[in-house]
Amino acid sequence: MAIFSNLTEKLQHAFAGLRKKGKLSEDDIKAALKEVQIALLEADVNYKVVKKFIKDLREKAIGKDILESLTPAQQVIKLVNEELTNLMGKEKSSIMLASNPPTIIMMCGLQGAGKSTTCAKLANFYKKQNKKVMLAACDVYRPAAIKQLQVLGESLDIPVFTLGENVDPVGIAKGAVEKARKSAMDIIIIDTAGRLHLDEQMMNELVEMKKVVHPHEILLAVDAMTGQDALNVAESFDNQLGIDGILMTKMDGDARGGAAISAKAVTGKPIKFLGTGEKITDLEVFHPERMASRILGMGDVLTLIEKAQENFDEKKAKELEEKLRNSTFTLDDFLDQMDSMKGMGSMEDLMGMIPGMNKQMKNLQVDEKQMAHNKAIIQSMTKDERKDPQIINANRRKRIAMGSGTNVQRVNVLLKQFKETQKMMKRIGQMGKGGKMPKIPGLF
Amino acid sequence: MIIDYLKKGLAKTRVGFVGKIEELVTGYKKLDDEFFEELEEILIQADIGAVTSMELVKKLQEEAHEQKIDDSSEAIGLLKKQIESIMGHDQPHLNIQEDGLTVILVVGVNGTGKTTSIGKITYNLRQQGKKVVLAAGDTFRAAATEQLESWAEDVGASIVKQNEGADPAAVAYDALQSAKAKKADVLIVDTAGRLHTKVNLMEEIKKIKRVLEREYPGAPHETLLVVDATTGQNAIEQAKLFNKATGVTGIVLTKLDGSAKGGIVIPIADRLEIPVKLIGIGEGKEDLRPFCPKDYADTLFSK
Ligand SMILES: Nc1nc2c(ncn2[C@@H]2O[C@H](COP(=O)(O)OP(=O)(O)O)[C@@H](O)[C@H]2O)c(=O)[nH]1
Ligand SMILES: [Mg+2]
Repeated sequence: MAIFSNLTEKLQHAFAGLRKKGKLSEDDIKAALKEVQIALLEADVNYKVVKKFIKDLREKAIGKDILESLTPAQQVIKLVNEELTNLMGKEKSSIMLASNPPTIIMMCGLQGAGKSTTCAKLANFYKKQNKKVMLAACDVYRPAAIKQLQVLGESLDIPVFTLGENVDPVGIAKGAVEKARKSAMDIIIIDTAGRLHLDEQMMNELVEMKKVVHPHEILLAVDAMTGQDALNVAESFDNQLGIDGILMTKMDGDARGGAAISAKAVTGKPIKFLGTGEKITDLEVFHPERMASRILGMGDVLTLIEKAQENFDEKKAKELEEKLRNSTFTLDDFLDQMDSMKGMGSMEDLMGMIPGMNKQMKNLQVDEKQMAHNKAIIQSMTKDERKDPQIINANRRKRIAMGSGTNVQRVNVLLKQFKETQKMMKRIGQMGKGGKMPKIPGLF
Repeated sequence: MIIDYLKKGLAKTRVGFVGKIEELVTGYKKLDDEFFEELEEILIQADIGAVTSMELVKKLQEEAHEQKIDDSSEAIGLLKKQIESIMGHDQPHLNIQEDGLTVILVVGVNGTGKTTSIGKITYNLRQQGKKVVLAAGDTFRAAATEQLESWAEDVGASIVKQNEGADPAAVAYDALQSAKAKKADVLIVDTAGRLHTKVNLMEEIKKIKRVLEREYPGAPHETLLVVDATTGQNAIEQAKLFNKATGVTGIVLTKLDGSAKGGIVIPIADRLEIPVKLIGIGEGKEDLRPFCPKDYADTLFSK
């Protein structure tokens, strides 16, 4: 996947030679779209979806002023990004709560998609909004599946309805809804066993359950790492059962998540939530435009900025913004930033969100221990050194290594990382300036 | 050495998994652009990846031209041969020691089927009369230990466990001591699912491996990466990083009973030289088969 980790770069490269010719031809655009096609396929968007998408795009691209434009690569990217966003649904959509509670939500999907964990996350999501939530354990097949939901429920202080493993799942769901009604619950979330869309008997069980409990919302959990088959799975669940929304899980990895496009394209049902980690709070509302950038390998600047805003205090943020714009980001800031980043989630996650950084930043992956070392190293530098790392020569490096209880190699690594970060900061600063992004109050 | 249980499974594979062959490309066809495009589509839809698929088809085009092949079924035969040779001609086998304890470490991302595969492998080993100890190394996911316990009971193995949240390396250590004391034939260590991008969790799995190595030179004899056949291109990164952390000796490709083909194992075998050893074709204890490159190449072109 590394080959296409940055489509923007790739296209820029493809166009670089052509620019000299002064004007792009239709063939140039076709060649560029071929790159887009490969990037989408490598991001796991389904072949059929990609084929149609590229065909539509070609018509649009050739008809527009792109050929005349001075920045064709950017224009193509912009168009692709817009069209992809459209493909994934223009706006975010969430679950409508029933006017006559309880709202009944049914979770379904393939084996191992992450249904149970997501049920618990969703329950927690609504509990935090002061809703009374109940879970129902209808996976009577996988060993210890009921227990899993019970443990999760207990840790959240959310009731879990079970009738053991020897009752049929439809009966459990029915009982759970009755119980939820009696105990005046706002929401009941039904966890079901994982099943293959090809398994007629198991699919019928869901259809039966739907008939009996009349859910307001049937969610299909799709693993973000799913490949081409996502289209078949989504289509099949939707045809047999009828789904209302899609929920992508395991988004915290480095999968591009093209499955989201396939699932949305084939069913027309909106993607509603994203699972972004193993913690119970790792659930996010879906934003189509962010997903588009991720699939194209352009990072997710908006999410990064939002996270940053949550974690930096206002004044510091202003200062940092200044520094970014003026490119005077120093080692002191780096230290500060390391502290703030602790609250923002793992470094790798953050790096993944920055355009063009997926690749370069691999060597920046640091764990907590390394963070502590880095801190010690920076703290062992003089004020002048922190301001201008250029002056740190071999002797100074030795002294710093001694002072921080590390070694020269580590000091070198840190200095290199700092340089990379400085570059990246510059880049973000410029993006904010370039007007490529909507105006964001206090970038960082 | 091909162990018997793998041989035994094979007969059933041919009728079951491969029995449903229905050629996607049927009859005589001219070897024109359309034909090669159709092939490319089949390969891409099997999750082999756009780049690898294009390479394979290009190579085929050249070879067909060189060998003056003009029949579509012959060309497909050639392509299957290519794939077979990438996947290795031999029957794969688990490295089970003739005497003494064999240690198997099982790793992978969340929900791929690690615990279930361990249950199935254990069942097979039990059928051969082997004594098996299981280590409940997933101390993270709620009720993961209970899940493995239920398998242990079902197929007749003993289990070594600790509380939720315990250090998995400590569980592995305990289990190893117990397996030695019991003179067990095989110890299988289950681990929590983890995304390959999480540095801390990958360190944790390295530690499990170090403990096994230190306490029993030669162990683990197998480090199996469990890959879900529905996974797309991300499986390459998974294989890369798990391999880097633990030195993967083989892949268990699960959920081939679905409609996904698991073609991602082809670039993995090609670039990383990690063989597929076993395939999962269902949730039951008998739903495990040895991987056969030829059968696999055939199924790629079947419905
Ligand atoms: N259809 C099918 N399901 C499987 C297969 N292997 C595992 N599963 C299911 O996948 C889900 C996750 O399996 P589990 O062993 O808990 O995964 P782990 O998290 O990797 O340990 C369970 O519902 C299993 O029954 C397989 O070969 N085919
Ligand atoms: Mg498990």
